[in-house]
Amino acid sequence: MSTELLEPITDQAAQLDIDRTAGNFSYPEQHAFDAGTGLSHATVDYISDVKSEPDWIREFRHKALDVFFSKPMPTHWASKDLENIVFQNIRYYLANGQKPKRSWDDVTDAEKRTFERLGIPEQERKFLAGVEAQFDSEAVYSNMKKALGDEGVIFVGSTEGLKEHPEIFRKWFGKVIPTGDNKFSALNAAVFSGGSFIYVPKGVKVKHPLQAYFRINAENFGQFERTLIIADEGSEVMYMEGCTAPKFETATLHSAVVELVAMKGAKLQYITVQNWSANVFNLVTKRAIAHEEAEVKWIDCNIGSRLTMKYPGVVLKGRKARGEVISIALAGDGQHQDTGAKMIHAADETTSNIVSKSISLGKGRSTYRGLVHIPKHLKGCKNNTECDALLINPTSRTDTYPAINVRGTGNATQHEASVSQISAEQIFYMQQRGLTKAQAMSLSVNGFVNDLVRQFPMEYSVELKRLIDLEMEGSVG
Amino acid sequence: MSAVLESPAAPSLSAAKTEKFVMTSGPDFHSHPTYFRERQQAAWEKFTQLPMPARTDETWRFADVKALDLSPFHRAQELGEAERSALLFRSTGLAETSGRMVFGNDRLLAQEFHGDSLRAKGVLWLPIEQAIATQREIIEKHFMREGAILGSQKFAALHESQVRNGTFLYVPRGVEIALPVECFHWSQGEGSAIFPHTIVIAEANSKVTLVDYFGSACDEPGLSVGANDIIVGDGAKVTYVAVQQFNTKSLAFRINNTVVARDAAALALVLNLGGRYVRSEAISHLRGPGGRSDMLSISATEGTQIVDQRTLQIHEAPNTASDLLYKNSLNDQSRAIFTGLIRVEPDAHKTDAYQKVRNLLLTDEAEANSAPGLEIEADDVRCTHGATSGQVDIEELFYLLSRGIPLRSAQRLVVFGFLNEVTERLPNEAICELLRDRLHAKLG
Repeated sequence: MSTELLEPITDQAAQLDIDRTAGNFSYPEQHAFDAGTGLSHATVDYISDVKSEPDWIREFRHKALDVFFSKPMPTHWASKDLENIVFQNIRYYLANGQKPKRSWDDVTDAEKRTFERLGIPEQERKFLAGVEAQFDSEAVYSNMKKALGDEGVIFVGSTEGLKEHPEIFRKWFGKVIPTGDNKFSALNAAVFSGGSFIYVPKGVKVKHPLQAYFRINAENFGQFERTLIIADEGSEVMYMEGCTAPKFETATLHSAVVELVAMKGAKLQYITVQNWSANVFNLVTKRAIAHEEAEVKWIDCNIGSRLTMKYPGVVLKGRKARGEVISIALAGDGQHQDTGAKMIHAADETTSNIVSKSISLGKGRSTYRGLVHIPKHLKGCKNNTECDALLINPTSRTDTYPAINVRGTGNATQHEASVSQISAEQIFYMQQRGLTKAQAMSLSVNGFVNDLVRQFPMEYSVELKRLIDLEMEGSVG
Repeated sequence: MSAVLESPAAPSLSAAKTEKFVMTSGPDFHSHPTYFRERQQAAWEKFTQLPMPARTDETWRFADVKALDLSPFHRAQELGEAERSALLFRSTGLAETSGRMVFGNDRLLAQEFHGDSLRAKGVLWLPIEQAIATQREIIEKHFMREGAILGSQKFAALHESQVRNGTFLYVPRGVEIALPVECFHWSQGEGSAIFPHTIVIAEANSKVTLVDYFGSACDEPGLSVGANDIIVGDGAKVTYVAVQQFNTKSLAFRINNTVVARDAAALALVLNLGGRYVRSEAISHLRGPGGRSDMLSISATEGTQIVDQRTLQIHEAPNTASDLLYKNSLNDQSRAIFTGLIRVEPDAHKTDAYQKVRNLLLTDEAEANSAPGLEIEADDVRCTHGATSGQVDIEELFYLLSRGIPLRSAQRLVVFGFLNEVTERLPNEAICELLRDRLHAKLG
């Protein structure tokens, strides 16, 4: 059955190019600020100087750099591909200025064209409550609807957040994900720039999503944005991020740190659609703290990059807190999507849910890595984990590595995973109704992820379906 | 080095404590022939060169590597006459078998043939020491030829360098042995280290069942580093059962390699009741189309016992099936660690693989670490795995209580029912009965 249906990919190069067209363009670099190539304490000082940061941030960066140097690569469990990152060949800070523009008209033409090609201002007009666009190291554009500002919502870049609102952000900055959490969180802490710092005051429900776009334009560049979102008691907010980069010959590094804090009863949703080009190492640490009765939901969709390692986590710190990770990964030729989730239960009656669906095409490899931890003396904790993997071609690969630690009698966990291929009956049925094989395969793959995609806001789910269709086009003969 | 190797007799107990005997004394050449001594020498060198497992080793994730200290142990001593007859008396298993072998401290105490099935048609059933001397070709071909690839390379090397005895069972083409073969492996004396080996070679279309019993004859801590080679030829069927009842001060390792050829079937069931720290590594190689491997385990632990199980279902040929079911009931502060992997090689299409681990936590201090994994490199496959951890179902308890059954008995019944699901997968009713009896005795 399979040999007839799933012929090997004949034109792999074509397949790779198709899906990247949206982001595969770049403009000449004219950066006013450039920290040069390589990483040292001087690089950190340069970044701190141009941002005119207070001493405590500079200190924080230097300490983090020492931690980064001292930590080994995690290759004893992770992909050996990590060894191909040459930290001394990367440029750590590139920007035209440190202040984002509030009006789209003030953004430079090249940057504007970049984001207009990606459709950002248009999106904003449609439905967004606030938007930030980051070009290499700094945000070039940031705007938020005035009504939100009046309610006390803060939506600024990381530098501005720490400088202007230390009383709000300093308390949690680097607390959800400490510098030494892993080698890449330490790297981010040393050279972070850009990202979003958001504070939603008590009881404020932000109706429309806040959004950020991350764009890498320069070759050999490393983007290290830092995001911290604090949803105060009873508030609600949804944040979405999108990422693209042109396809350069050399590897590019994206290493972000995202910290979420959901205070009592708050609801926080964080949505990522990652479509980096296939030369980007995407090594991101994302973690949330959910206090009493708070709800944190990560919706994580990984389509691009060369190697993604990302395991969004929730520390369920307060009674009845709830954590959820919805993960979709699509690994095409030459890609490795190493994604998953972490749920750390630290209070009674906390619940968590992980649903992961991955699709491997061509020689792509998707990996689910998970951790569920329920320590002793907790009562009424529950976890449910489901991982489904779909393999499209005979050369595709999928791995599942969950880890579940449970102590005590008051808790329940269940984990299920399955690996399958597209049902031949389904394809036959659709072909018999006049669809081409490629259309049928696309439809089937979309059906596989459909129940998850439906949880996305409309615009994103449409975009996602389109991306899946594009990826599928090259992979069936 | 050679000076140490030449030293004839084992040092005394007191010396062992200070000299870390197992760690430093060199291979146990016993009376093995030269070809085997060379292997032991090489294995010993490997053992001394390999580092002890570290906490950061992925294959020892969750494990307490401090529990692996080998320094208190020395080679087990020859037993006295009274001890030997006491052990023979205690070596009771199934009512009907085709033969029984008893080892005490790695020395053969008895070998009995019941009926003629084991002597017929060229079946070779020998103590390993004899097989090493007389069956060089088979030993060279099969003895520890599959690596200990789940983390215990060092302990496998130790086993190979120290192995003295165990069971060798060779069943020729087409021969079916109806009644099980039994082997008892006893360890006696404080700090005694034994290295039991079981090798079963079932040629094409043959059929055999082997039951291994492991036990401590005393209450002092002992060490067992065992290894199995189970080679199932085309169309053959092998059922292997291990009943592990070491005392709860003992440290035990077991490395099990099963190779399943075309249309062959292997079924292995391990009952873990004893041990302070028990590390078990089970690898099933599905090497021929149509092959099937069932991997079953029951562990009932209490106190501070740790059962650390690592498994690998490796599908190397198309159209193969594997099915793993491990169940653990955890009392007191005991712990169950499980890391399993289903691996499907690039050409192993039509693989049907299943893996399930279920933990029943009976107290607040009990702990279960489960990491069921999949690595799939072929697309036309059906692979699923599941892991659950939970407690005794309140409604089941309530039902039993409402029928007038006291709480303790009700709990035992639920636990027993939970574990018994695994024994039901065995095709042999007499062995099921034996496993149930041992389980009942442990659960109290």
